[in-house]
Amino acid sequence: MKKRGKPVLTENTQAFSFTRRAMVLGAGQGVLATALGVRMGWLAIAENEHYKLLAESNRVQERLIPPRRGWIVDRFNQPIAINRSSFRVDLIPDRMEKDPARVLAELTELLALTPDDVQRIREGLANAAGYQPVPVAENIPYDKYAAVTVRLAELPGVAPLRSFARFYPEGPAVAHLVGYVGTPSKEEYQAETRNPLLIAPGFKVGKDELERTMEHRLRGQPGAQRIEVTAHGKLVRELSTLPDRSGGMLPLTIDIGLHSYAARRLGDESGSIVVVDCQNGDILAMASMPAYDPNNFSDGISHHEWDMMAADERHPMINKVMQGLYPSGSTIKPLMSLAFLEAGLNPATKVTCTGAYRVGNAIFHCDKHHGPVDMHEAIIKSCDIYFYHTSLQAGAEIISSMARRLGFGQKFDLPVPTQRFGTVPDPQWMERKYHRKWEMYDTINMSIGQGNVLVNPLQLAMMAARIASGKALQPRILRAGHYPEPPALPVSAEHLAFVRDAMSGVVNSGRGTASIAKLPIDNVLLAGKTGTAQVRRITMAERNSGGVRSNASLAWKMRDHSLFVGFAPADKPRYACAVIVEHGGWGASVAAPACRDVLTYLFDKQKAMAALAPLEEQWGGSIAERLARRREKWQAARAAPKNDSDEPPPPTRA
Amino acid sequence: MSGHSLIPAPIAELPWRMLALVIFITFFGLLVLYSAAGGRLMPWALPQGARFLVFLVMAIAMSRVRPERLKEIAFPAYGAVLLLLLLVEALGFVGKGAQRWLSLGVVNLQPSELMKPVIILALARFYDLLPVGELRRWSAIWPAALLLGIPAMFILVQPDLGTAVMVVVGGVTVMFLAGLPLRLFLGGAAFLGIAGPVAFSFLHQYQRQRILIFLDPESDPRGAGYHISQSKIAIGSGGLFGKGFLNGTQSHLQYLPENHTDFIFATMAEEWGLAGGIVLILAYALVIKWGIGVALDAKDRFSRLTAAGLTTTIFFYVAINLLMVMGLAPVVGIPLPLVSYGGSAMLTVMLCLGVLMSIDRNTRRRSRGL
Repeated sequence: MKKRGKPVLTENTQAFSFTRRAMVLGAGQGVLATALGVRMGWLAIAENEHYKLLAESNRVQERLIPPRRGWIVDRFNQPIAINRSSFRVDLIPDRMEKDPARVLAELTELLALTPDDVQRIREGLANAAGYQPVPVAENIPYDKYAAVTVRLAELPGVAPLRSFARFYPEGPAVAHLVGYVGTPSKEEYQAETRNPLLIAPGFKVGKDELERTMEHRLRGQPGAQRIEVTAHGKLVRELSTLPDRSGGMLPLTIDIGLHSYAARRLGDESGSIVVVDCQNGDILAMASMPAYDPNNFSDGISHHEWDMMAADERHPMINKVMQGLYPSGSTIKPLMSLAFLEAGLNPATKVTCTGAYRVGNAIFHCDKHHGPVDMHEAIIKSCDIYFYHTSLQAGAEIISSMARRLGFGQKFDLPVPTQRFGTVPDPQWMERKYHRKWEMYDTINMSIGQGNVLVNPLQLAMMAARIASGKALQPRILRAGHYPEPPALPVSAEHLAFVRDAMSGVVNSGRGTASIAKLPIDNVLLAGKTGTAQVRRITMAERNSGGVRSNASLAWKMRDHSLFVGFAPADKPRYACAVIVEHGGWGASVAAPACRDVLTYLFDKQKAMAALAPLEEQWGGSIAERLARRREKWQAARAAPKNDSDEPPPPTRA
Repeated sequence: MSGHSLIPAPIAELPWRMLALVIFITFFGLLVLYSAAGGRLMPWALPQGARFLVFLVMAIAMSRVRPERLKEIAFPAYGAVLLLLLLVEALGFVGKGAQRWLSLGVVNLQPSELMKPVIILALARFYDLLPVGELRRWSAIWPAALLLGIPAMFILVQPDLGTAVMVVVGGVTVMFLAGLPLRLFLGGAAFLGIAGPVAFSFLHQYQRQRILIFLDPESDPRGAGYHISQSKIAIGSGGLFGKGFLNGTQSHLQYLPENHTDFIFATMAEEWGLAGGIVLILAYALVIKWGIGVALDAKDRFSRLTAAGLTTTIFFYVAINLLMVMGLAPVVGIPLPLVSYGGSAMLTVMLCLGVLMSIDRNTRRRSRGL
């Protein structure tokens, strides 16, 4: 037993110690209780504002209402691009939590997504910026939409939405006219300083052509909706709504009926048709075919559909009206004649065509032996020898100057994203570009629109319109209330009348190259000029071994381009037209009849439709039907084991 | 003051002022539960009210039991609860990531909850048996440490850090009041200061997480810090007088988790504001003041220690919960007694009050007897 060195403990001292310690304990508890009260006061009074704000931001969510996109209408206010009410489903990657694969699998089943769709969504999820919605399906039927809506609790990140989808009633026919819309890309979102509208589900921006360049007019003002939501994102009630202001209507100069007719008339050919109003430069039609379906593109297309488009040698992704450059071929000849006349050359002077023309030790050919021809006959029969010979007398400068005045090489002031404006060669240009002197053969090549001459279809149409009207017309695509009167073309009216007369002879004289293009309308004459642009070099060896090969015997890509420019009525021009069919062969055989039918549409719709019906039957249905068939074929070919005959079938001929 | 009134003596004798406070606190709690359920009696307010009535009758009945009886059953009760804890380990099922409940058919029993009052009784009984002279000896410490340590270990491995801490703190309070040398406690506190970080490394991942996030809740407002952040938002946005009954957004829109159990104080504060909070804290403080009064008035050691220990248990219940919801303590899963929905905590507190009333009654009878 240890000795106790401490004071003796008794029942009393122990009771006293208890009282003392209990008091200490009680005091401690009192202090803690006070501290709790102070702490609560701090939270509820000093920091009240801060926490009120946080509670509010918990409770209230701002939701943007994407504005409805403005309509695009034609000159008669017929719809070209409109909006359709649609049900859609998006994925918000940020809210998908840990199991995106399961959610995607469930959606695949609920919405019957194709493997192509799933692939596209996977890629979208991988590239999305987290908050950016990835479209899963658009334009879905209501019952599928409802099936997703009821299972929303088990599908984190899935956002079903009732919205408006862009709809182009004419489908592929207007693809290169208005472009298409699509979900904004990461870059577009950042370029607009992270405008929250761009990540609102279902919101689309213009991706090409007018939809893109006129975005500012078409977009409109978003509305806002303040809603009360639970922690699980469930809507409790709407607090207030600021309605959206839909985008402005965009009226075009296009005549959608004519435009669609032109697109359909091109059939399966690769080419373009432009029709211009000779009074004011209004573009009435500018079809470029083949084309993608902008309705499909607006939903977000699959990789494979894109591949199909990109692999197509007829370039359905390119607007050939603005971006296709071609040698003008013989369609340059009316222009050339104007230059000769301006140079003071006598149109009555005859040149004898023997089928060949020698300059130094080079020989230039004509397709026929025309014999002696004057200017009028040379235009009607498209005699190359006359133009070779006379152009050397006129000289390159005056020819280039005339070409520029009529619109060659010109970049027009139009709201298009890309415009390739080609080349008008002259001695300075040759020096600049190829560092060599201008030679005689350059003038000779230019005289028949070959060599370095490159134009786009719109420029050809403008040339026709300027010759027809005698006015320095500028093309217009946006309709406005008031137009300034176009100035007169700086070309002699007398010369223009001479050329117009010759162009009428091309079609109506019975001796011309385009008798086939005679309009089936009483008292309305079509004036025009054919063109056949060579895309390959014809060697001496080929000429010697039994003559130039026929187009039909060549691969599609080697065949000549078929061109035609024209206007009607010949005596009082109202409409000008240019047709280019890539690798179509003779200008007279393909382009001229197309121009005839398109212009017929302007004077007698029924006759034009009657001409089109048997053609479409022969091609295998409407544009949409043929596109769908092509898509199936492509998919079947992709599914089948690879073989080396991936070439598309040769184009069918009208 | 009784005796001659119309009310029968056994009822008039009850400490009505304290009981009125308890009934007030519970009723306030029922209002909050009613609101948390979106203005409905079900599923919480009605069962909670019924349960309270049963427990109130039980507590009043317990007040008739003499402290001598309690003294006798202290050790057997301790043994029984310890056995139940073992049973939980053996049979208990996993709920909320922890083995705490023992299913007895209709009632889910949480033995660790019962251990809170029982450990007080057992330790009080131990120091009651210990001759006063032995208090400074080793023999005054190790049996108590053993009585306390074994159940604490069992509860800790369940794992239920909050209850374990409460059992230990309750036990240590009794040892402190029993008169063990002060240096023991000072030394112990110093030891904890050093050993704390070491113990931290032995904690469960989720416990460690909770402590870390408590230190900086905003570091993970969407994850584990969510509870504390949302609770502070609820209390802070309530302001002086709150958003009004049934108008809390944090609780009704489910931003506040556990809005009817551990975080019910935040639900209350959002709708009733600082005013409601102060009233509730004051009511608890008066109940605890009454408990300390009972302890100070008690005539024998067992009664004194038991009363003080049980009062402290009630205090820690309230204090730890409030510290937690106000962001001053880590989230440990301690409910607010009488207010939070659930039977276990209410049962414990009503048991404590029953024993306190019994001691109070005995004290008054003896003083009248003298």
